[in-house]
Amino acid sequence: MARFILGRLVKAALTLLAILVLNFFLIHAAPGDPAMIMMAETGSSDPQVLADMRARFGLDQSLPMQLALYIKGYLTLDMGWSFRRDVPVFDLIADRLPATLLLTMTAFAISLGLGVLAGALAARRQGGWGDTIISTVALLFYATPLFWMALMASLLFSVGLGWLPGFGYETVGANYTGLARMGDIALHLILPATTLGLFFTAVYARMTRASMLEVNRLDFVKTARAKGLRPSVITRRHVLRNALLPIITLAGLQAGQLVGGAVLTETVFAWPGIGRLMFEAIAQRDYNIILGVFFVSAALVLLFNLITDLLYMVVDPRIRLQS
Amino acid sequence: MNKFWSRYARNRGAVIGLVLLGVVVVMAVLGPFLTAQDPWRMVQRPFLPPFQDSALPLGTDALGRDVLSQLIHGARVSLLIGLVSTLAALAIGVPVGAVAGYFPGWPNDLLMRFTEFFQTIPSFALAIVLLMIFQPQLHFVVLSIALVSWPPVARLVRGEVLSLRRREFVEAGIVQGLRHRHILIHHVMPNVLAPIIILASLMVATAILLESSLSFLGLSDPNVMSWGYMIGAARTALRTAWWLSFIPGIAIVFTVLALNLVGEGLNDALNPKLNRGDA
Amino acid sequence: MSLLSVTNLTIALPKGADRPHAVKDISFDLNHGEMLCIVGESGSGKSMSANAVMGLLAEGLSVARGSITFDGQDLVRLSEAQMRTLRGRRIGMIFQEPLTALNPLMPVGRQIEEVFEAHGMLTPAARRDRVIDLLTEVGLPDPSASARAYPFQMSGGQRQRVVIAMALALEPAILIADEPTTALDVTTQAQILRLLDDLRRRHDMGVVFITHDLGVVADIADRVLVMQSGVIVEQGAASDVLLRPQHPYTQALLDAIPQLKGMTDDAPVPTAAPLLQVKGLHKQFRSGGGWLGGKPRVVTALDDISFDLQAGETIGIVGESGSGKSTLGRAIVRLQDVDRGQVLLNGRDMAALRGEALRHDRKRVQMIFQDPYSSLPPRQSIGKTLTEGQVAHGTPIAQARDRAAAILDRVGLDAGSMSRFPHEFSGGQRQRIGIARALVLDPELIVADEAVSALDVSVQAQVLDLLAGLKRDLNLSMLFITHDLRVAGQICDWLIVMQKGRIVETGDAARILNMPSSDYARGLLAALPGRDFETARAAARV
Repeated sequence: MARFILGRLVKAALTLLAILVLNFFLIHAAPGDPAMIMMAETGSSDPQVLADMRARFGLDQSLPMQLALYIKGYLTLDMGWSFRRDVPVFDLIADRLPATLLLTMTAFAISLGLGVLAGALAARRQGGWGDTIISTVALLFYATPLFWMALMASLLFSVGLGWLPGFGYETVGANYTGLARMGDIALHLILPATTLGLFFTAVYARMTRASMLEVNRLDFVKTARAKGLRPSVITRRHVLRNALLPIITLAGLQAGQLVGGAVLTETVFAWPGIGRLMFEAIAQRDYNIILGVFFVSAALVLLFNLITDLLYMVVDPRIRLQS
Repeated sequence: MNKFWSRYARNRGAVIGLVLLGVVVVMAVLGPFLTAQDPWRMVQRPFLPPFQDSALPLGTDALGRDVLSQLIHGARVSLLIGLVSTLAALAIGVPVGAVAGYFPGWPNDLLMRFTEFFQTIPSFALAIVLLMIFQPQLHFVVLSIALVSWPPVARLVRGEVLSLRRREFVEAGIVQGLRHRHILIHHVMPNVLAPIIILASLMVATAILLESSLSFLGLSDPNVMSWGYMIGAARTALRTAWWLSFIPGIAIVFTVLALNLVGEGLNDALNPKLNRGDA
Repeated sequence: MSLLSVTNLTIALPKGADRPHAVKDISFDLNHGEMLCIVGESGSGKSMSANAVMGLLAEGLSVARGSITFDGQDLVRLSEAQMRTLRGRRIGMIFQEPLTALNPLMPVGRQIEEVFEAHGMLTPAARRDRVIDLLTEVGLPDPSASARAYPFQMSGGQRQRVVIAMALALEPAILIADEPTTALDVTTQAQILRLLDDLRRRHDMGVVFITHDLGVVADIADRVLVMQSGVIVEQGAASDVLLRPQHPYTQALLDAIPQLKGMTDDAPVPTAAPLLQVKGLHKQFRSGGGWLGGKPRVVTALDDISFDLQAGETIGIVGESGSGKSTLGRAIVRLQDVDRGQVLLNGRDMAALRGEALRHDRKRVQMIFQDPYSSLPPRQSIGKTLTEGQVAHGTPIAQARDRAAAILDRVGLDAGSMSRFPHEFSGGQRQRIGIARALVLDPELIVADEAVSALDVSVQAQVLDLLAGLKRDLNLSMLFITHDLRVAGQICDWLIVMQKGRIVETGDAARILNMPSSDYARGLLAALPGRDFETARAAARV
């Protein structure tokens, strides 16, 4: 078991390293070298400044040396400099990360919980009206662009009905503290978290339904029926647990999309997370921020994967006991 | 073929999906010939609401451009991007998955690590990064979408090939002295065709969603009218002219829904083993 | 009064099936303490009848008419909730596949406890005690440790014991056993059969035992019911039905059982230059243990295997699962690399060939596979399947097609089969095509790996006949791998008995089947179902 976790951690570390290498080559694939891009950003055209900059960022070194410097930078939490904002990228991201973590974790919890519940309900009576309604709604959400759902939700619940705040992380200038502040943030969280979560709720609901129908056909379900167990017990104890295994795997795979989706949700709701930061950086063509956010979002995905791996281990004795 | 149709048609949603998709396709193919309007040209006052002017049934946008004409041109772009990027993703994913699934040992390990790596990276964020590095031109948009959407293909194909590889007919081919390439292409891959077709129909849908998201963020080709661009451009006027965001959104939902329904119908028609009820 | 009474039971198949009824107008009784065997080939409706008694028909199937009377009530008319109170408590059931019959995520003891729980019996602590008792009764070693084990930690035979314990937990009046030993090795099968017989006597249970194996029937049945295509063709006391069958189908089934005898005639004499010389083959499989350390599990599949095969001779490799017999066959056709050793075919070491040289020489050894449903490429015509190998070795296509047609004719299929696809053929026909594929390259040696094991007994007899005929006419040299000693006796001149990767006995087939010298071979023969019956039948015939 410890070996399983250790294995996953080593793999995650290697993946992060590979992403750094990818990042590095992406910068070099961009037209013009990074220093020239930075120059263009700052508006200067002095060749001496360019040379200084190259020297300062090690761009006059050999490529492998540059790569080593780049990786070393990340290892010491130096993610480069944002020239537009004139602050270290790390500070920007560290400032924005908690908001994104809050948003994605909430959306993940909502979508997994709600999705599995809806999928299980739909699978209980295949073809019944409950199944028809759940499957149709899931299909609709599955087909709806995230950003558009966010726009429509803010139009309806914020602009139209005025029920919920449609912008920001908390009420500006209210200066709430303690519980009141938490309540305020929670209120602001509802729209972004649900819109981000709904798409994935649909994804998990469809998967759960399919997986349960699959498991329903397996022999041990027949054994359970032959014992005289009630259908609800069979579903809960035998079908659902087995059906969850592929869901957990897929939930891990979907985590990347969840983190990517945060860019859109945060943009629409002006949620001050790293997704919003990325959107702003796109408009400003601030490469270092974009690559930094990209790296951190990949790290987030790995975190989600680790969570799902642990979940898998809890559910499946074969992994828990074999290694 | 008849059997295929009867199985497909048994899924009512799939038939509806096919009709919906047909409407979008007809709109995309014939539309530009029917509406003479250039989607970029100002034709009326800005923010003309829909159903006010019979010449402009869906009104105008913030720059006074014909929304219907934009919608029709957008259908073209969406379908084209969806289709081409899916083909490109298949071109990467199918060979990778087939080789990884068929040849055990290091090709499998290496290719799967590679695929897993790409699957771990948040695909939307990677697409953003790629489009920042490349220029925002149509073919780069297609390329970026393909580059982030091939891993599921590789995973699917690998899984199928891996299970087919254990079937006795593969060993029979080896014992006969057939070349592995021959066995893989002639014996194994024809059996993977059905799941690939089903996945492809769903991928077109995903690619359309991805493209609309990218153009919403302003990362698509600025010279191409697309649905995502329309929503992105209308976003600032959400309070005053909500329909400008609403109309193209509905178009995306319908198209993606249609493709998903068609995918489910294909699944019913090509995967009869899943419907054991009618054994 | 009988315990269970089935009257005119008819089960409808959904529209579009190959026949309107899965089971038509069947009637039978089961008495207290009786062992009733329902025997038939695949598609006879034997399993479905049992599922109907249990109220567990697959979706889309329903009882069209008839009644199932038990405890004074008609089970067909009971609601699902009423049926549920009977399942597990009054009627227990065990299934064919012990590997999949248990929930992989739950300790087996917990799964047995569920039976009590489902019927609201005993306190949780008392349930746990009963589970230990039950596991002891079905003969599992260390019952309290077994109760905590997960299914993946147990062998097939152990899992089947768990399923039996589960079915017996509430001492039901009726036990339905659906092919409970088919997936097991013959020695395990013998143990489970003994256990079932013992338990029904002790608990005075009526047992409905469904099987395709007449040998098993002969060993355990009080009464027999023979089914064919959904109808009962014959039923009666076991001794009557088996020794004096009235219906031609029953007779045919009985005649199709291979006799346990060896071929004593005209076995080729050993020569100085045998066709095949296997010398010192070794193979170990390792699993588990990754780059992070941990102990890998090592299984020795082949341990110093050596033997000779003369031209025109058929050697049978027999053994149970895990004996290494399949690994040996696969090593000889080079589907499996070995750690060391030689496979000399007419003096050339096949085990040392690599790359193109190997591909070129592959045509010299061909293989007949076990599963006719997976051994032919499904989306390719038979003609292509039978010619592509020849073409790959340089035969012009026209010539290849002529040869394919000729061989097809020899295995009993017409040349029109060339343009058809595998799904258009029955299992037996597919196996004939598989044999044709092996012959079409004119190999020096054929390896048949469980080539008739997946076939119904009547089809099996036909395919065995075909192989015997081919062997005679074409002077085939064959390595025949099987778990079935009766089948081996039908076709093999010489036998090699394997256990855990080692050869434990070799010798003339007739000699081994009559007077085995090793304990292991003796055990295998003793475990063979239906031996007494065979003697009785032989005596009755004379």
